[in-house]
Amino acid sequence: MEFFLHLLVNGVSLGFLYALSALGFVMIFKSSSILNFAHGELLAFGAFLFLVLSTWAGLPIILSFVLTLLGSFLLGFVIERLFLRPLIGEDLIQVIMLTVGLATMFKGLLLFIFGGDIHQYPKFLPDELTLKFDVIEIPSVYVATFIIGLVFLLLFGLFFKYSSQGIYMRSVADNQLAAMSLGVHVRRVFALSWAIAALVAAMSGIVLGIINGINVHELSSIGLKVFPVVILGGLDSIGGAILGGIIIGLLETFTGGYISTSLREIIPYLVLIVILMVKPYGLFGLKEIERV
Amino acid sequence: MRKLHFHPCGNFKESYEEELTIFETDFGRAWLLVGLAILFVVVPLFASQYTLYILNTIGIYSIAAIGLNLLIGYTGQISMGHGAFFGVGAYAAAVFYTRFGMPFWAAIPAAGVFTALVGMIFGIPSLRLKHLYLTIATLAGQFIIEYVLVQWDGVTGGAEGIPLFKATLFGIKLNSDLKFFFVIFTLLVLLTWIAVNLIRTRFGRAFVAIRDNDRAAEGMGIPIFKYKLLSFGISSFYAGLAGGLFAFYMMIITPEPFNMWLSIEFIAIIIIGGLGSITGSILGTIFIVSLSEILSLTTEVLMNLDAFAGSSISIAPLREFVFGLTIVLFIIFEPKGLAEIWRIVRSSFRLWPFSY
Repeated sequence: MEFFLHLLVNGVSLGFLYALSALGFVMIFKSSSILNFAHGELLAFGAFLFLVLSTWAGLPIILSFVLTLLGSFLLGFVIERLFLRPLIGEDLIQVIMLTVGLATMFKGLLLFIFGGDIHQYPKFLPDELTLKFDVIEIPSVYVATFIIGLVFLLLFGLFFKYSSQGIYMRSVADNQLAAMSLGVHVRRVFALSWAIAALVAAMSGIVLGIINGINVHELSSIGLKVFPVVILGGLDSIGGAILGGIIIGLLETFTGGYISTSLREIIPYLVLIVILMVKPYGLFGLKEIERV
Repeated sequence: MRKLHFHPCGNFKESYEEELTIFETDFGRAWLLVGLAILFVVVPLFASQYTLYILNTIGIYSIAAIGLNLLIGYTGQISMGHGAFFGVGAYAAAVFYTRFGMPFWAAIPAAGVFTALVGMIFGIPSLRLKHLYLTIATLAGQFIIEYVLVQWDGVTGGAEGIPLFKATLFGIKLNSDLKFFFVIFTLLVLLTWIAVNLIRTRFGRAFVAIRDNDRAAEGMGIPIFKYKLLSFGISSFYAGLAGGLFAFYMMIITPEPFNMWLSIEFIAIIIIGGLGSITGSILGTIFIVSLSEILSLTTEVLMNLDAFAGSSISIAPLREFVFGLTIVLFIIFEPKGLAEIWRIVRSSFRLWPFSY
C-alpha cells in the first residue's frame, strides 16, 4: 500500500510537470495549428537562461526568474517573426520540418555553449514547503511546482477570458477567417502565442531543471513526451493537456513500478497509437468530422 | 535513324504520352548513358578508398530516400519512422543471413519484403488518420521499433548487435569498398528506374491524386486506403533494401544508428532535394552526406588546432547547428529544393539568351 501511494504521488507530480510542459505546445497549436517539434529546446533555453542569470551572473532569484520569462517571451516573438512568418500558407511538412530544423539548431547551440553535462541550480526553495503525511513525503520542489502551476493556470484562464488580446487569440483559434474579417490582427496573434508559449516553456524548463538537474538532452527529450500527452487530451484543449499529462505520468510510474522499468519509456507511445486509432481527437479535442 | 530532338523553346506538348516521357530529347538519353558510363567505369578507376566510402554511403541513403520520397513527396503521407524501417531492414538482413543461412542475394530482397510488411502494419493508422495525426503515429512507431530492437535481444542481440561475415555474391567475396560500390550502384540504378516508371503507372497517378486531394481521389473511385498501404509498403521496401545493404557494408549492426535522428535526416534529405522528385532524392542525399562529411572534417581540423585544443568536446555540436540551419534556410528560401534549382539552371541554359 505504501508503495502504491508512493507511486501515486510520484505519478501525479510527474504528470503535472508533463502537463505544464504541454501547455505552451497546446497554445501554439491552438492559435496557429503548428506542431512544434522545438518545444523541448524552448524548455532547455529557459532553464539555461535562468541558470546563467541566477548562478553565473549572481542576480537574485526573483529578478532572474522575471528576466528569464521576459527573455523567453522575446525569443518566442523572434522565432515567429524570423522563421514561421514566411511559411504562412505553406504545406504541413514544410512547417513541421522547419520546427525540426529549429530544434536541431537550438540543441546544437545549447550543447556548444553549455556542453552535455548536468548542471545544478543552487538550492533556494525553503524546506518548510515539504509536505508530510505519515509515510508519504512530498518534496518541496513538487509543492512549489504545484503552486506556481496553479497560479499560472489561473492567470492564463483570466487572460484568455477577460483581456482583449486573450479574446483575440481565442477568436483566431476558433476561426481564422472570421477573426480576420472582424479586424483581428491574426499575425500579431500568432506572434503573441509563440511568445507566450516560449514563456510557459521557460517556466516548465526551470521547474524540470530544479527537479532533475539541467541537461540539454534530457530537456529536449521531454519535448517529445509532450506528444502522447497532448494527443490523449486533445491537441487543442488546455484542460485536456493537464488531464492527459497526469494520466501519462501515472501510467509511466505505475508501469515502471509494477511491470518493468524499460517498458516505462515506451508505454506513452503505445497508448498514443491506441488512442489515435480509437479516438483520434483525444478526450477533449475539437472533432473535425471528415469521412475519408 | 530517328531524328534527334532538341529542346523546344516552350511547352509544345500535344499528347498525354509526350507529357509522360522521361526524356524530352534523345540528348537526355545519351547524357544519361554517358553519366552511367562515367559512374561505372571512370569513377572506380580513380576513386580513393575514402571517396568510395562516401559514394557507397550516398548510394545506400539514396535508395532509402527515394522510398521516402514516394511516400511523402508523391503520396503525401508524412512518416517520421523511416529511420526505424531502415533499421528493421538492416536487422532482418542480418538475421536472415546469420541465423537462417540465406545467401547474400536472397537476404537483401527478403529484408526488403519483411520491412515492407512491417511498414504496412505501421501504415494501418493511415486508415483513420491524416496529416499531423499520422505524423505523430509514425513517430510513435519509430520509438516502438527502436525499443523492440534494443529489448528483443534473443533475436537482435540487444545493445551489442549482430556481427556479420563477409558476404559472397556469385562466388565473389564482397570484401572491398570497390566491390560493394558495384553492388550498391547497380541496385540504385535499378530501383531508380523502377521508381521513375512506377510514377507513370496507375499506381503512381493514384498516389499523386491522394496527395493532392484525397476526397476527390476517393470520389474518382480510387480505394485510398489500399493505395496508402501500398505506398507505405513500397517505401518501406526501399528502406529495407537500403538497410540490408547498410548491414552488410558496415559488417556489424547495433540499434544506435536507427534513432529518430536518422528519420529526421531522411526527411531533411528529401526536403532539401525536392519533394516529389526522384532526382531530387539523389541530389539531396549527395548534399546531406557531403555536408556532414565536410562538417566532420572541419570539426577534426579545428580540434587539431592549438587554439581549440582545450575545448575539444564542445565543437562537435556545431555540426548539429549547421545542419539545422541548412534545413531552415532551405525551407524558407527554396522550399522546392535542389531539384528546382537544377530545373532553373537547365531552363536558363535552354532559353538563353532570351530567357524572358
